[in-house]
Amino acid sequence: MIIKRPTDIPSSEITPEAIYLRRRDFMRGSLAGLATGLLPGSLLADDGATMAGQALDYSPVAPGSAALGFDTSEARTPYEHVTGYNNFYEFGMDKSDPARYAGSLVADPWSVEVSGEVDKPGTYALEDLLAKVQLEERIYRLRCVEAWSMVIPWVGFPLADLIKQLGPTSRARYVEFKTLYRPKQMRGQRSAFSTIDWPYVEGLRMDEAMHPLTMMATGLYGRSLPNQNGAPLRLVVPWKYGFKSIKSIVSIRFTEKQPQTTWAQIAPREYGFYANVNPQVDHPRWSQKTERRLPSTLFNPNRIDTQMFNGYGEQVAHLYQGMDLRKYY
Amino acid sequence: MVSMMTLSLTRKKKLLFSVSLLPLVGFVVQQLISGGGPDPGKELVLLTGDWTIRMLLITLAVTPARRLLHKPQLLAYRRMLGLFTGFYAMLHFTAVMTYVVGWNWGRFLEEFSERPYMAVGILAWLLLLPLIATSNQWSLRHLRQRWNKLHKLVYVIAILGVVHVVWLVRSNYAEALVYALLTLLLLGYRLLPSRAARKHRAPVS
Repeated sequence: MIIKRPTDIPSSEITPEAIYLRRRDFMRGSLAGLATGLLPGSLLADDGATMAGQALDYSPVAPGSAALGFDTSEARTPYEHVTGYNNFYEFGMDKSDPARYAGSLVADPWSVEVSGEVDKPGTYALEDLLAKVQLEERIYRLRCVEAWSMVIPWVGFPLADLIKQLGPTSRARYVEFKTLYRPKQMRGQRSAFSTIDWPYVEGLRMDEAMHPLTMMATGLYGRSLPNQNGAPLRLVVPWKYGFKSIKSIVSIRFTEKQPQTTWAQIAPREYGFYANVNPQVDHPRWSQKTERRLPSTLFNPNRIDTQMFNGYGEQVAHLYQGMDLRKYY
Repeated sequence: MVSMMTLSLTRKKKLLFSVSLLPLVGFVVQQLISGGGPDPGKELVLLTGDWTIRMLLITLAVTPARRLLHKPQLLAYRRMLGLFTGFYAMLHFTAVMTYVVGWNWGRFLEEFSERPYMAVGILAWLLLLPLIATSNQWSLRHLRQRWNKLHKLVYVIAILGVVHVVWLVRSNYAEALVYALLTLLLLGYRLLPSRAARKHRAPVS
């Protein structure tokens, strides 16, 4: 018996489950699409019956933007897994904890404190920050440092657009982000056994932050972010391990010195400041050469090779030219 | 209703057997009903690992329980509990090989040599093998004194197992601490002088 490996099927041939489930709507939409000559992207992603959050107004990922890294033909991880399997220790250590407990988080109203080496410091209401940006869709691979990965259609805007608004000074060399600290609504922050010194802190070098691939996400699958995915505002840096993509951001600080980030502080041997996806540099406790692309099953672990910079090398490798990535992991 | 007291030993053993299988049965049922999470291989690795260390601690608790509860008959369950430790350890090894290592021997050697927690886990697993192989009447009869000596290896396995678990912690020590503490208590109990020895040394009062 020949069992076809899933890699035999080009991922472009695989219909995402959310779309498959809406095949009738799709056919109806196609008729309308024939008439207008275009199919609205929001129709494809929208599934009000099973999806949480509000439908967002955004421009769908443009054809041909795969070369920029904005799109991929790989099969998208189904919505239920993207929103049901999360690392968000603020809500618990289990992958299912965030989906179970993040409902307690009040994500509206929301404000973000901007401070440090910047022209316009202050506390901004989220809607004021969002008023000046254009939402767009990006299909990115997400590679977790724990050696699993997903493909997620994010909705958001380039972080560069926000940074330009805020006007960092010439002394700003890094950007530091902080997650909300609110133990009353985030049960994981109340745990006595956690080694994390809350709030969660992440950071980027200025050129990384300004890179067109780096985005601030407010939604996924066409709808506003569920709390467990970092509502209402999170970072997405697709060429770095997932823990760099900090969730539920309340503080953006521009600094001259490299920020002390959470995981690098807890275990500096295991997690560096850069945390670029790199199959040649193993985590001391496990290999980073391969990854399990989710969803996997018991009969098909779906193990694939991990790519340098998570496959975004063409876009980002120049940022690290001359750097020893074994030293700056 | 049949009370526990009136159940025959065979029935009680069957009951314990079924209960010991529950974690695995629960997992399989969950997979069949809901399709499970997006990463069932990883779940199986964690579940079988958890139950290996739990079964091991339960097995180690039999001797203290016999003495402290004055129930010497509990000895009758120890072999089954020990074999379930071996059962979950086998499943754990197979799951790790399938879902983490992918039965790639180059990768296996790399994991073994580069990751101390993995080496410690495999060592514990290897030490379990002779104990599993000699968990029968025949070996007990033929090895005699040596059987007792051989099965003292379980203490080494327990320490290795706990080191393996603690070494794996990413940021929450709660569960690992509980296992470590229980192991310390259960092994510490063995270091106490036995009652016979105490009687022997008891001063005349």
